[in-house]
Amino acid sequence: MSNGILVFVEHRDGAFNKASFEAVAAAQQLGAALGQEVSAVLLGADAGLAQGVAGYDVSRVITAENPKLAVYTPDAYADAFEQLVRSLDPQYVFMPHTYLVRDFAPKLAARFGKGVISDCIRAQVEGGAVTFARRIFLGKIDADVIAAGASPVFATFQSGAYRGDQAQKGVGAPVESVQVEVGEVRMQPEAPFQEVKQAVDLSKANVIVAIGRGIKGQEHIALAEKLAAALGGDIAASRPICDAGWLPIDRQIGSSGQTVAPKLYIALGISGAIQHLVGMKNSTTIVAVNKDPEAPIFDIADYGIVGDLFEVVPVLTEEIQKLKG
Amino acid sequence: MKIIVLMKQVPNKDAILRIDREEKWIEEGDLSFEVNESDGYALEESLRLKEKKGGEVVVCSMGPQRVKSVIKDALARGADRAIHIVGDNLAHVGPYAAARILADAIREEQPDLVMTGLQSDDYGYAQTGVILAELLGLPHATIVIEVDASGEQFRVKRELESGWYQWYTMPTPALLTIQSGINPIRYASLKGIMAAKKKEIREVQPASEALSEGDDFQSIKRIYFPQKTKQTQFLGDGDAKKGAAQLAEKLRTEARIF
Repeated sequence: MSNGILVFVEHRDGAFNKASFEAVAAAQQLGAALGQEVSAVLLGADAGLAQGVAGYDVSRVITAENPKLAVYTPDAYADAFEQLVRSLDPQYVFMPHTYLVRDFAPKLAARFGKGVISDCIRAQVEGGAVTFARRIFLGKIDADVIAAGASPVFATFQSGAYRGDQAQKGVGAPVESVQVEVGEVRMQPEAPFQEVKQAVDLSKANVIVAIGRGIKGQEHIALAEKLAAALGGDIAASRPICDAGWLPIDRQIGSSGQTVAPKLYIALGISGAIQHLVGMKNSTTIVAVNKDPEAPIFDIADYGIVGDLFEVVPVLTEEIQKLKG
Repeated sequence: MKIIVLMKQVPNKDAILRIDREEKWIEEGDLSFEVNESDGYALEESLRLKEKKGGEVVVCSMGPQRVKSVIKDALARGADRAIHIVGDNLAHVGPYAAARILADAIREEQPDLVMTGLQSDDYGYAQTGVILAELLGLPHATIVIEVDASGEQFRVKRELESGWYQWYTMPTPALLTIQSGINPIRYASLKGIMAAKKKEIREVQPASEALSEGDDFQSIKRIYFPQKTKQTQFLGDGDAKKGAAQLAEKLRTEARIF
Protein backbone atom coordinates (compact mmCIF):
# COMPACT_ATOMS: atom_id res chain seq x y z
CA MET A 1 0.00 0.00 0.00
CA SER A 2 1.43 3.31 -1.06
CA ASN A 3 2.14 5.67 1.77
CA GLY A 4 3.90 8.89 2.55
CA ILE A 5 4.76 12.10 0.79
CA LEU A 6 7.93 12.78 -1.18
CA VAL A 7 8.84 16.43 -1.56
CA PHE A 8 11.39 17.50 -4.15
CA VAL A 9 14.03 20.05 -3.14
CA GLU A 10 15.62 21.86 -6.10
CA HIS A 11 19.15 23.21 -6.12
CA ARG A 12 21.65 24.62 -8.58
CA ASP A 13 25.32 25.51 -8.12
CA GLY A 14 25.22 24.63 -4.42
CA ALA A 15 22.18 26.81 -3.63
CA PHE A 16 18.55 25.86 -3.03
CA ASN A 17 15.72 27.17 -5.13
CA LYS A 18 13.71 28.92 -2.40
CA ALA A 19 10.42 27.72 -3.87
CA SER A 20 11.46 24.25 -2.68
CA PHE A 21 10.72 25.20 0.92
CA GLU A 22 7.27 26.39 -0.07
CA ALA A 23 6.70 22.84 -1.34
CA VAL A 24 8.14 21.52 1.96
CA ALA A 25 5.63 23.69 3.87
CA ALA A 26 2.80 22.35 1.69
CA ALA A 27 3.95 18.76 2.24
CA GLN A 28 4.23 19.26 6.02
CA GLN A 29 0.74 20.78 6.30
CA LEU A 30 -0.90 18.16 4.10
CA GLY A 31 1.13 15.37 5.69
CA ALA A 32 -0.12 16.40 9.14
CA ALA A 33 -3.73 16.46 7.92
CA LEU A 34 -3.36 13.09 6.17
CA GLY A 35 -1.34 11.48 8.98
CA GLN A 36 1.49 10.70 6.55
CA GLU A 37 5.24 11.08 6.82
CA VAL A 38 7.14 13.53 4.65
CA SER A 39 10.46 12.59 3.06
CA ALA A 40 12.58 15.16 1.23
CA VAL A 41 14.32 14.18 -2.01
CA LEU A 42 17.42 15.76 -3.52
CA LEU A 43 19.03 14.64 -6.76
CA GLY A 44 22.80 14.93 -7.13
CA ALA A 45 23.24 17.18 -4.09
CA ASP A 46 26.34 17.42 -1.92
CA ALA A 47 26.33 16.55 1.77
CA GLY A 48 26.08 20.18 2.84
CA LEU A 49 22.84 20.71 0.95
CA ALA A 50 21.40 17.47 2.33
CA GLN A 51 22.24 18.64 5.86
CA GLY A 52 20.50 21.93 5.13
CA VAL A 53 17.29 20.08 4.36
CA ALA A 54 17.75 17.73 7.34
CA GLY A 55 17.20 20.74 9.60
CA TYR A 56 13.55 20.80 8.55
CA ASP A 57 10.84 18.73 10.19
CA VAL A 58 10.83 15.78 7.79
CA SER A 59 11.14 12.08 8.58
CA ARG A 60 14.22 11.67 6.39
CA VAL A 61 16.23 13.21 3.58
CA ILE A 62 17.00 11.01 0.59
CA THR A 63 19.76 11.97 -1.81
CA ALA A 64 20.01 10.15 -5.13
CA GLU A 65 23.58 9.85 -6.31
CA ASN A 66 25.02 9.38 -9.77
CA PRO A 67 27.75 11.39 -11.54
CA LYS A 68 25.22 12.20 -14.31
CA LEU A 69 23.14 14.17 -11.79
CA ALA A 70 25.86 16.78 -11.25
CA VAL A 71 24.25 19.08 -13.82
CA TYR A 72 20.50 19.13 -14.41
CA THR A 73 19.10 17.37 -17.48
CA PRO A 74 15.53 16.09 -17.84
CA ASP A 75 16.76 12.66 -18.95
CA ALA A 76 18.93 12.11 -15.87
CA TYR A 77 16.46 13.60 -13.40
CA ALA A 78 13.54 11.54 -14.73
CA ASP A 79 15.57 8.31 -14.53
CA ALA A 80 16.78 8.98 -10.99
CA PHE A 81 13.47 10.21 -9.61
CA GLU A 82 11.56 7.33 -11.23
CA GLN A 83 13.71 4.83 -9.33
CA LEU A 84 13.14 6.59 -6.01
CA VAL A 85 9.39 6.72 -6.56
CA ARG A 86 9.24 3.04 -7.53
CA SER A 87 11.25 1.90 -4.53
CA LEU A 88 9.66 4.21 -1.94
CA ASP A 89 6.08 3.84 -3.25
CA PRO A 90 4.73 7.16 -1.93
CA GLN A 91 1.11 8.23 -2.19
CA TYR A 92 2.02 11.81 -3.11
CA VAL A 93 4.98 13.48 -4.83
CA PHE A 94 5.02 17.25 -4.29
CA MET A 95 7.27 19.68 -6.15
CA PRO A 96 7.58 23.46 -6.59
CA HIS A 97 6.26 24.63 -9.98
CA THR A 98 9.63 25.98 -11.11
CA TYR A 99 10.97 26.10 -14.65
CA LEU A 100 13.21 23.12 -13.84
CA VAL A 101 10.35 21.03 -12.45
CA ARG A 102 8.16 21.92 -15.41
CA ASP A 103 10.94 20.55 -17.61
CA PHE A 104 11.15 17.06 -16.08
CA ALA A 105 8.07 16.34 -13.92
CA PRO A 106 5.67 15.57 -16.81
CA LYS A 107 8.25 13.12 -18.18
CA LEU A 108 8.46 11.46 -14.75
CA ALA A 109 4.67 11.27 -14.37
CA ALA A 110 4.30 9.88 -17.90
CA ARG A 111 6.35 6.88 -16.80
CA PHE A 112 3.55 6.16 -14.34
CA GLY A 113 0.94 6.57 -17.09
CA LYS A 114 -0.34 9.92 -15.94
CA GLY A 115 0.21 13.66 -15.80
CA VAL A 116 0.91 16.16 -13.03
CA ILE A 117 -1.67 18.18 -11.09
CA SER A 118 0.28 21.29 -11.95
CA ASP A 119 0.68 24.81 -10.61
CA CYS A 120 -1.61 24.38 -7.57
CA ILE A 121 -2.40 27.48 -5.53
CA ARG A 122 -4.06 25.74 -2.57
CA ALA A 123 -4.66 22.26 -1.26
CA GLN A 124 -6.69 20.86 1.58
CA VAL A 125 -7.56 17.45 2.94
CA GLU A 126 -11.19 16.43 2.63
CA GLY A 127 -12.32 12.92 3.53
CA GLY A 128 -8.79 11.55 3.67
CA ALA A 129 -7.79 12.82 0.22
CA VAL A 130 -6.36 16.07 -1.06
CA THR A 131 -8.43 18.56 -3.03
CA PHE A 132 -6.13 20.78 -5.09
CA ALA A 133 -7.00 24.21 -6.44
CA ARG A 134 -5.44 25.37 -9.70
CA ARG A 135 -5.84 28.56 -11.68
CA ILE A 136 -7.10 28.20 -15.24
CA PHE A 137 -7.66 30.69 -18.07
CA LEU A 138 -4.55 32.69 -17.15
CA GLY A 139 -5.79 33.25 -13.61
CA LYS A 140 -9.36 34.25 -14.39
CA ILE A 141 -10.97 31.12 -12.92
CA ASP A 142 -10.08 28.63 -10.16
CA ALA A 143 -10.68 24.89 -10.47
CA ASP A 144 -10.93 22.43 -7.60
CA VAL A 145 -9.30 19.21 -8.70
CA ILE A 146 -9.21 15.78 -7.11
CA ALA A 147 -6.75 13.03 -7.90
CA ALA A 148 -7.99 9.64 -8.99
CA GLY A 149 -6.48 6.37 -10.08
CA ALA A 150 -3.45 4.59 -8.70
CA SER A 151 -0.76 6.21 -6.55
CA PRO A 152 1.36 8.20 -6.68
CA VAL A 153 -0.25 11.59 -7.20
CA PHE A 154 2.19 14.09 -8.71
CA ALA A 155 1.47 17.73 -7.89
CA THR A 156 3.35 21.02 -8.22
CA PHE A 157 2.74 24.21 -6.24
CA GLN A 158 2.79 27.72 -7.64
CA SER A 159 5.45 30.10 -6.36
CA GLY A 160 3.98 31.97 -3.37
CA ALA A 161 1.10 29.52 -2.80
CA TYR A 162 2.75 28.49 0.47
CA ARG A 163 5.25 30.42 2.53
CA GLY A 164 8.73 29.00 2.74
CA ASP A 165 9.31 30.60 6.13
CA GLN A 166 6.43 28.50 7.46
CA ALA A 167 8.26 25.27 6.70
CA GLN A 168 8.79 23.81 10.19
CA LYS A 169 12.28 23.16 11.49
CA GLY A 170 12.94 19.85 13.18
CA VAL A 171 15.43 18.11 15.43
CA GLY A 172 17.56 16.82 12.56
CA ALA A 173 16.36 14.23 10.07
CA PRO A 174 18.52 11.27 9.02
CA VAL A 175 20.10 11.53 5.57
CA GLU A 176 20.06 8.43 3.37
CA SER A 177 22.01 8.39 0.18
CA VAL A 178 20.94 6.05 -2.60
CA GLN A 179 22.93 5.11 -5.71
CA VAL A 180 20.70 5.28 -8.76
CA GLU A 181 21.08 4.15 -12.36
CA VAL A 182 20.88 6.79 -15.04
CA GLY A 183 20.56 5.80 -18.70
CA GLU A 184 21.66 7.73 -21.76
CA VAL A 185 21.49 11.51 -21.36
CA ARG A 186 20.74 12.91 -24.80
CA MET A 187 21.02 16.65 -24.19
CA GLN A 188 24.29 18.42 -23.34
CA PRO A 189 23.75 21.55 -21.26
CA GLU A 190 26.16 24.48 -21.33
CA ALA A 191 26.71 26.72 -18.30
CA PRO A 192 23.75 28.94 -17.37
CA PHE A 193 24.34 32.64 -18.02
CA GLN A 194 22.69 36.05 -17.67
CA GLU A 195 22.17 38.37 -20.61
CA VAL A 196 24.14 41.62 -20.64
CA LYS A 197 23.61 43.54 -17.43
CA GLN A 198 20.26 45.22 -17.43
CA ALA A 199 20.48 48.91 -18.16
CA VAL A 200 17.36 49.78 -16.20
CA ASP A 201 16.96 48.82 -12.56
CA LEU A 202 13.28 49.17 -11.78
CA SER A 203 13.63 47.60 -8.34
CA LYS A 204 14.47 51.02 -6.85
CA ALA A 205 11.63 52.92 -8.52
CA ASN A 206 9.08 54.58 -6.23
CA VAL A 207 6.35 54.72 -8.81
CA ILE A 208 5.90 52.41 -11.80
CA VAL A 209 3.36 52.86 -14.58
CA ALA A 210 3.12 49.53 -16.39
CA ILE A 211 1.37 48.86 -19.67
CA GLY A 212 -0.06 45.65 -21.14
CA ARG A 213 -1.89 44.52 -24.24
CA GLY A 214 -4.62 47.09 -23.60
CA ILE A 215 -2.30 49.86 -24.83
CA LYS A 216 -2.96 48.45 -28.32
CA GLY A 217 -0.15 50.17 -30.19
CA GLN A 218 3.36 51.50 -29.71
CA GLU A 219 2.17 55.00 -30.59
CA HIS A 220 0.03 55.06 -27.43
CA ILE A 221 2.92 54.47 -25.03
CA ALA A 222 3.52 58.24 -24.81
CA LEU A 223 0.22 58.50 -22.95
CA ALA A 224 1.50 56.23 -20.19
CA GLU A 225 4.87 57.98 -20.20
CA LYS A 226 3.15 61.30 -19.49
CA LEU A 227 1.39 59.78 -16.49
CA ALA A 228 4.68 58.33 -15.27
CA ALA A 229 6.34 61.74 -15.67
CA ALA A 230 3.55 63.44 -13.69
CA LEU A 231 4.20 61.02 -10.83
CA GLY A 232 7.99 61.09 -11.16
CA GLY A 233 7.89 57.39 -11.97
CA ASP A 234 9.24 54.88 -14.45
CA ILE A 235 7.54 53.12 -17.33
CA ALA A 236 7.40 49.31 -17.44
CA ALA A 237 5.42 46.60 -19.21
CA SER A 238 4.08 43.07 -19.20
CA ARG A 239 5.68 40.46 -21.38
CA PRO A 240 3.63 40.83 -24.62
CA ILE A 241 4.70 44.48 -24.93
CA CYS A 242 8.39 43.58 -24.78
CA ASP A 243 7.85 40.53 -27.02
CA ALA A 244 6.40 42.90 -29.60
CA GLY A 245 9.47 45.14 -29.25
CA TRP A 246 7.43 48.18 -28.16
CA LEU A 247 9.58 48.56 -25.04
CA PRO A 248 13.03 47.06 -24.37
CA ILE A 249 13.18 43.82 -22.41
CA ASP A 250 14.76 45.53 -19.38
CA ARG A 251 11.37 47.21 -18.81
CA GLN A 252 9.63 43.84 -18.41
CA ILE A 253 8.03 42.98 -15.05
CA GLY A 254 7.33 39.38 -14.10
CA SER A 255 8.78 35.90 -13.73
CA SER A 256 11.05 36.27 -16.73
CA GLY A 257 11.76 39.96 -16.11
CA GLN A 258 12.25 42.15 -13.06
CA THR A 259 10.63 41.81 -9.64
CA VAL A 260 9.58 45.14 -8.15
CA ALA A 261 7.81 46.48 -5.06
CA PRO A 262 7.33 50.25 -5.53
CA LYS A 263 5.13 52.51 -3.41
CA LEU A 264 2.72 52.79 -6.31
CA TYR A 265 2.19 50.40 -9.23
CA ILE A 266 -0.30 51.45 -11.89
CA ALA A 267 -1.25 48.60 -14.24
CA LEU A 268 -2.79 49.90 -17.46
CA GLY A 269 -4.49 47.34 -19.69
CA ILE A 270 -2.72 44.44 -17.96
CA SER A 271 -4.96 41.44 -17.35
CA GLY A 272 -2.73 40.02 -14.61
CA ALA A 273 -1.48 36.57 -15.62
CA ILE A 274 0.42 34.94 -12.76
CA GLN A 275 3.73 35.40 -14.60
CA HIS A 276 3.20 39.15 -14.30
CA LEU A 277 1.71 39.17 -10.79
CA VAL A 278 4.70 37.43 -9.21
CA GLY A 279 6.84 40.35 -10.33
CA MET A 280 4.78 43.15 -8.74
CA LYS A 281 2.30 41.82 -6.18
CA ASN A 282 4.31 43.15 -3.23
CA SER A 283 3.92 46.77 -4.33
CA THR A 284 2.51 48.95 -1.53
CA THR A 285 -0.39 50.41 -3.52
CA ILE A 286 -1.65 48.77 -6.70
CA VAL A 287 -3.93 50.51 -9.19
CA ALA A 288 -5.53 48.58 -12.05
CA VAL A 289 -7.28 50.02 -15.09
CA ASN A 290 -8.87 47.41 -17.33
CA LYS A 291 -11.95 47.06 -19.51
CA ASP A 292 -12.58 43.50 -18.28
CA PRO A 293 -14.13 43.51 -14.78
CA GLU A 294 -13.03 39.87 -14.33
CA ALA A 295 -9.36 40.58 -15.10
CA PRO A 296 -7.24 38.87 -12.40
CA ILE A 297 -5.26 42.08 -11.85
CA PHE A 298 -8.25 43.40 -9.88
CA ASP A 299 -7.82 40.57 -7.35
CA ILE A 300 -4.69 42.23 -6.02
CA ALA A 301 -5.54 45.88 -6.73
CA ASP A 302 -6.20 48.45 -4.01
CA TYR A 303 -7.92 50.77 -6.50
CA GLY A 304 -9.61 49.65 -9.67
CA ILE A 305 -11.23 51.41 -12.57
CA VAL A 306 -13.24 49.25 -14.95
CA GLY A 307 -13.01 51.20 -18.16
CA ASP A 308 -11.05 52.33 -21.16
CA LEU A 309 -7.49 53.33 -20.30
CA PHE A 310 -7.58 55.87 -23.14
CA GLU A 311 -10.29 57.74 -21.23
CA VAL A 312 -8.76 57.25 -17.79
CA VAL A 313 -5.10 58.10 -18.33
CA PRO A 314 -5.37 61.66 -19.76
CA VAL A 315 -7.80 62.71 -16.99
CA LEU A 316 -5.71 61.03 -14.30
CA THR A 317 -2.53 62.75 -15.56
CA GLU A 318 -4.22 66.13 -15.65
CA GLU A 319 -5.78 65.73 -12.18
CA ILE A 320 -2.47 64.70 -10.65
CA GLN A 321 -0.74 67.70 -12.22
CA LYS A 322 -3.47 69.95 -10.81
CA LEU A 323 -3.28 68.47 -7.31
CA LYS A 324 0.49 68.71 -7.30
CA GLY A 325 0.03 72.36 -8.22
CA MET B 1 13.72 18.88 -42.20
CA LYS B 2 10.18 17.83 -41.37
CA ILE B 3 8.67 19.86 -38.53
CA ILE B 4 5.33 19.14 -36.90
CA VAL B 5 3.78 22.07 -35.03
CA LEU B 6 1.09 21.32 -32.47
CA MET B 7 -1.41 24.16 -32.19
CA LYS B 8 -4.34 24.44 -29.82
CA GLN B 9 -7.43 26.58 -30.15
CA VAL B 10 -8.40 28.38 -26.94
CA PRO B 11 -11.02 30.99 -25.98
CA ASN B 12 -10.08 34.52 -26.96
CA LYS B 13 -7.92 36.23 -24.36
CA ASP B 14 -10.23 39.21 -24.05
CA ALA B 15 -13.41 37.12 -23.85
CA ILE B 16 -15.60 37.67 -20.81
CA LEU B 17 -15.88 34.20 -19.32
CA ARG B 18 -19.04 32.82 -17.74
CA ILE B 19 -19.18 29.61 -15.75
CA ASP B 20 -21.66 27.00 -16.98
CA ARG B 21 -24.47 25.55 -14.90
CA GLU B 22 -22.62 22.34 -13.95
CA GLU B 23 -19.70 24.51 -12.74
CA LYS B 24 -17.27 22.27 -14.59
CA TRP B 25 -16.51 24.52 -17.55
CA ILE B 26 -17.37 27.84 -19.16
CA GLU B 27 -20.28 28.74 -21.42
CA GLU B 28 -18.91 28.28 -24.93
CA GLY B 29 -22.03 29.30 -26.87
CA ASP B 30 -21.06 32.86 -27.74
CA LEU B 31 -17.31 32.61 -27.20
CA SER B 32 -14.81 33.53 -29.86
CA PHE B 33 -11.68 31.42 -30.18
CA GLU B 34 -8.11 32.04 -31.23
CA VAL B 35 -4.83 30.18 -31.46
CA ASN B 36 -3.01 29.60 -28.17
CA GLU B 37 -0.43 32.39 -27.98
CA SER B 38 2.77 30.39 -27.56
CA ASP B 39 1.66 27.89 -30.25
CA GLY B 40 1.58 30.82 -32.69
CA TYR B 41 5.22 31.49 -31.85
CA ALA B 42 6.03 27.78 -32.33
CA LEU B 43 4.59 28.02 -35.83
CA GLU B 44 6.62 31.15 -36.60
CA GLU B 45 9.84 29.50 -35.44
CA SER B 46 9.11 26.38 -37.52
CA LEU B 47 8.50 28.50 -40.64
CA ARG B 48 11.81 30.32 -40.09
CA LEU B 49 13.63 27.00 -39.71
CA LYS B 50 12.06 25.73 -42.92
CA GLU B 51 13.18 28.87 -44.74
CA LYS B 52 16.76 28.25 -43.62
CA LYS B 53 16.96 24.47 -43.87
CA GLY B 54 14.27 23.51 -46.35
CA GLY B 55 11.74 20.79 -45.70
CA GLU B 56 8.16 20.79 -44.62
CA VAL B 57 5.98 22.22 -41.84
CA VAL B 58 2.96 20.13 -40.84
CA VAL B 59 0.36 21.63 -38.50
CA CYS B 60 -1.49 19.33 -36.13
CA SER B 61 -4.48 20.43 -34.09
CA MET B 62 -7.22 18.59 -32.28
CA GLY B 63 -10.77 19.46 -31.37
CA PRO B 64 -14.16 20.06 -33.00
CA GLN B 65 -14.59 21.49 -36.51
CA ARG B 66 -14.06 25.03 -35.22
CA VAL B 67 -10.30 24.37 -34.88
CA LYS B 68 -10.18 24.44 -38.69
CA SER B 69 -9.86 28.22 -38.39
CA VAL B 70 -6.55 27.79 -36.53
CA ILE B 71 -5.38 25.26 -39.12
CA LYS B 72 -6.35 27.40 -42.11
CA ASP B 73 -4.64 30.42 -40.62
CA ALA B 74 -1.44 28.39 -40.12
CA LEU B 75 -1.58 27.15 -43.71
CA ALA B 76 -2.05 30.73 -44.91
CA ARG B 77 1.05 31.80 -42.99
CA GLY B 78 3.09 29.15 -44.74
CA ALA B 79 2.59 25.69 -43.23
CA ASP B 80 2.51 23.04 -45.97
CA ARG B 81 -0.25 20.71 -44.82
CA ALA B 82 -2.24 19.80 -41.74
CA ILE B 83 -3.55 16.96 -39.61
CA HIS B 84 -6.83 17.60 -37.81
CA ILE B 85 -7.68 15.13 -35.04
CA VAL B 86 -11.45 15.50 -34.94
CA GLY B 87 -13.57 15.14 -31.83
CA ASP B 88 -15.96 17.31 -29.83
CA ASN B 89 -14.54 16.43 -26.42
CA LEU B 90 -10.89 16.63 -27.35
CA ALA B 91 -10.56 20.10 -25.87
CA HIS B 92 -11.18 18.61 -22.43
CA VAL B 93 -8.91 15.58 -22.28
CA GLY B 94 -6.11 15.72 -19.73
CA PRO B 95 -2.48 16.17 -20.75
CA TYR B 96 -1.57 12.47 -20.69
CA ALA B 97 -4.54 11.45 -22.83
CA ALA B 98 -3.91 14.40 -25.16
CA ALA B 99 -0.29 13.33 -25.58
CA ARG B 100 -1.39 9.73 -26.28
CA ILE B 101 -3.76 10.87 -29.01
CA LEU B 102 -1.18 13.23 -30.53
CA ALA B 103 1.49 10.52 -30.45
CA ASP B 104 -0.78 8.14 -32.37
CA ALA B 105 -1.55 10.81 -34.94
CA ILE B 106 2.01 11.93 -35.70
CA ARG B 107 4.21 8.89 -34.98
CA GLU B 108 4.21 7.59 -38.56
CA GLU B 109 5.15 11.02 -39.90
CA GLN B 110 8.61 10.52 -38.35
CA PRO B 111 9.28 14.24 -37.90
CA ASP B 112 12.76 15.66 -37.29
CA LEU B 113 11.29 18.19 -34.90
CA VAL B 114 8.05 18.56 -33.00
CA MET B 115 7.31 22.06 -31.74
CA THR B 116 4.53 23.46 -29.62
CA GLY B 117 3.89 26.29 -27.19
CA LEU B 118 5.05 25.99 -23.60
CA GLN B 119 1.55 25.91 -22.16
CA SER B 120 -2.06 26.53 -23.10
CA ASP B 121 -3.95 29.62 -22.07
CA ASP B 122 -7.05 27.63 -21.03
CA TYR B 123 -6.17 24.68 -18.75
CA GLY B 124 -2.54 25.76 -18.40
CA TYR B 125 -1.23 22.26 -17.64
CA ALA B 126 2.17 23.03 -19.22
CA GLN B 127 2.98 19.36 -19.77
CA THR B 128 1.39 17.89 -22.91
CA GLY B 129 4.53 18.51 -24.96
CA VAL B 130 6.89 16.91 -22.46
CA ILE B 131 4.65 13.84 -22.02
CA LEU B 132 4.42 13.53 -25.80
CA ALA B 133 8.23 13.56 -26.05
CA GLU B 134 8.38 10.73 -23.52
CA LEU B 135 5.73 8.70 -25.38
CA LEU B 136 7.57 9.18 -28.70
CA GLY B 137 10.96 8.48 -27.10
CA LEU B 138 12.30 11.92 -28.08
CA PRO B 139 14.63 14.20 -26.10
CA HIS B 140 12.99 17.50 -25.28
CA ALA B 141 13.71 21.05 -24.20
CA THR B 142 11.12 23.38 -22.66
CA ILE B 143 10.70 27.15 -22.58
CA VAL B 144 12.90 27.55 -25.65
CA ILE B 145 13.64 31.17 -26.61
CA GLU B 146 16.10 30.63 -29.48
CA VAL B 147 16.90 27.82 -31.91
CA ASP B 148 20.29 27.60 -33.60
CA ALA B 149 20.24 25.09 -36.45
CA SER B 150 23.20 26.63 -38.29
CA GLY B 151 25.92 24.30 -37.07
CA GLU B 152 26.40 20.57 -37.31
CA GLN B 153 24.73 20.15 -33.97
CA PHE B 154 21.36 21.46 -33.06
CA ARG B 155 21.36 24.02 -30.20
CA VAL B 156 18.50 25.56 -28.28
CA LYS B 157 18.49 28.37 -25.73
CA ARG B 158 16.26 27.72 -22.74
CA GLU B 159 14.89 30.38 -20.45
CA LEU B 160 15.58 29.73 -16.77
CA GLU B 161 14.16 31.88 -13.99
CA SER B 162 15.04 35.50 -13.08
CA GLY B 163 16.82 36.44 -16.28
CA TRP B 164 19.05 33.36 -16.58
CA TYR B 165 19.44 31.31 -19.76
CA GLN B 166 21.11 28.09 -20.83
CA TRP B 167 22.10 26.54 -24.15
CA TYR B 168 21.52 22.84 -24.77
CA THR B 169 22.98 20.81 -27.59
CA MET B 170 20.58 18.09 -28.66
CA PRO B 171 20.27 15.36 -31.27
CA THR B 172 17.27 15.28 -33.58
CA PRO B 173 14.55 14.10 -33.73
CA ALA B 174 13.52 16.17 -30.71
CA LEU B 175 10.58 18.02 -29.21
CA LEU B 176 10.72 21.70 -28.22
CA THR B 177 8.21 23.77 -26.27
CA ILE B 178 8.47 27.38 -27.38
CA GLN B 179 8.26 30.51 -25.23
CA SER B 180 6.17 33.43 -26.48
CA GLY B 181 8.22 36.17 -28.08
CA ILE B 182 10.85 33.94 -29.70
CA ASN B 183 10.35 35.79 -33.01
CA PRO B 184 7.98 38.43 -34.40
CA ILE B 185 4.97 36.64 -35.88
CA ARG B 186 4.23 37.15 -39.57
CA TYR B 187 0.79 37.91 -40.90
CA ALA B 188 -0.83 35.81 -43.57
CA SER B 189 -0.50 37.43 -47.00
CA LEU B 190 -3.33 37.47 -49.50
CA LYS B 191 -1.24 35.12 -51.63
CA GLY B 192 -0.81 32.84 -48.64
CA ILE B 193 -4.53 32.80 -47.95
CA MET B 194 -5.24 31.85 -51.58
CA ALA B 195 -2.54 29.16 -51.58
CA ALA B 196 -3.86 27.69 -48.33
CA LYS B 197 -7.10 26.71 -50.02
CA LYS B 198 -5.26 24.06 -52.04
CA LYS B 199 -3.32 22.61 -49.11
CA GLU B 200 -4.15 19.23 -47.61
CA ILE B 201 -5.99 18.97 -44.28
CA ARG B 202 -6.10 15.31 -43.30
CA GLU B 203 -8.79 14.43 -40.76
CA VAL B 204 -8.10 11.57 -38.36
CA GLN B 205 -10.14 10.06 -35.55
CA PRO B 206 -8.56 9.43 -32.16
CA ALA B 207 -8.34 5.80 -31.05
CA SER B 208 -11.03 5.26 -28.43
CA GLU B 209 -8.72 3.64 -25.88
CA ALA B 210 -6.38 6.62 -26.00
CA LEU B 211 -9.28 8.88 -25.10
CA SER B 212 -9.80 7.33 -21.71
CA GLU B 213 -6.35 6.08 -20.80
CA GLY B 214 -4.46 8.07 -18.25
CA ASP B 215 -7.12 10.71 -18.20
CA ASP B 216 -8.51 9.68 -14.85
CA PHE B 217 -5.58 10.92 -12.77
CA GLN B 218 -7.31 14.21 -12.10
CA SER B 219 -10.86 15.43 -12.42
CA ILE B 220 -12.35 18.86 -11.97
CA LYS B 221 -14.87 19.00 -9.15
CA ARG B 222 -15.92 22.58 -9.58
CA ILE B 223 -14.76 25.83 -11.15
CA TYR B 224 -15.42 29.29 -9.73
CA PHE B 225 -14.16 32.86 -9.87
CA PRO B 226 -11.20 33.41 -7.52
CA GLN B 227 -11.81 34.95 -4.14
CA LYS B 228 -10.28 38.35 -3.85
CA THR B 229 -7.31 38.62 -1.56
CA LYS B 230 -7.62 42.39 -1.38
CA GLN B 231 -10.61 44.64 -0.89
CA THR B 232 -10.47 46.59 -4.12
CA GLN B 233 -12.05 50.04 -4.15
CA PHE B 234 -13.71 50.32 -7.53
CA LEU B 235 -13.91 53.93 -8.64
CA GLY B 236 -16.07 55.80 -11.12
CA ASP B 237 -18.92 53.29 -11.19
CA GLY B 238 -18.64 52.78 -14.94
CA ASP B 239 -17.64 56.37 -15.67
CA ALA B 240 -13.95 56.12 -16.52
CA LYS B 241 -13.26 59.86 -16.35
CA LYS B 242 -14.99 60.26 -13.00
CA GLY B 243 -13.00 57.25 -11.77
CA ALA B 244 -9.76 58.88 -12.88
CA ALA B 245 -10.54 62.10 -10.97
CA GLN B 246 -11.44 60.13 -7.82
CA LEU B 247 -8.27 58.06 -8.17
CA ALA B 248 -6.04 61.13 -8.33
CA GLU B 249 -7.61 62.40 -5.11
CA LYS B 250 -7.20 59.04 -3.34
CA LEU B 251 -3.58 58.68 -4.43
CA ARG B 252 -2.94 62.00 -2.68
CA THR B 253 -5.07 61.61 0.47
CA GLU B 254 -5.13 57.86 1.16
CA ALA B 255 -2.06 56.39 -0.50
CA ARG B 256 -0.08 59.62 0.06
CA ILE B 257 1.92 59.22 -3.12
CA PHE B 258 2.28 62.98 -3.54
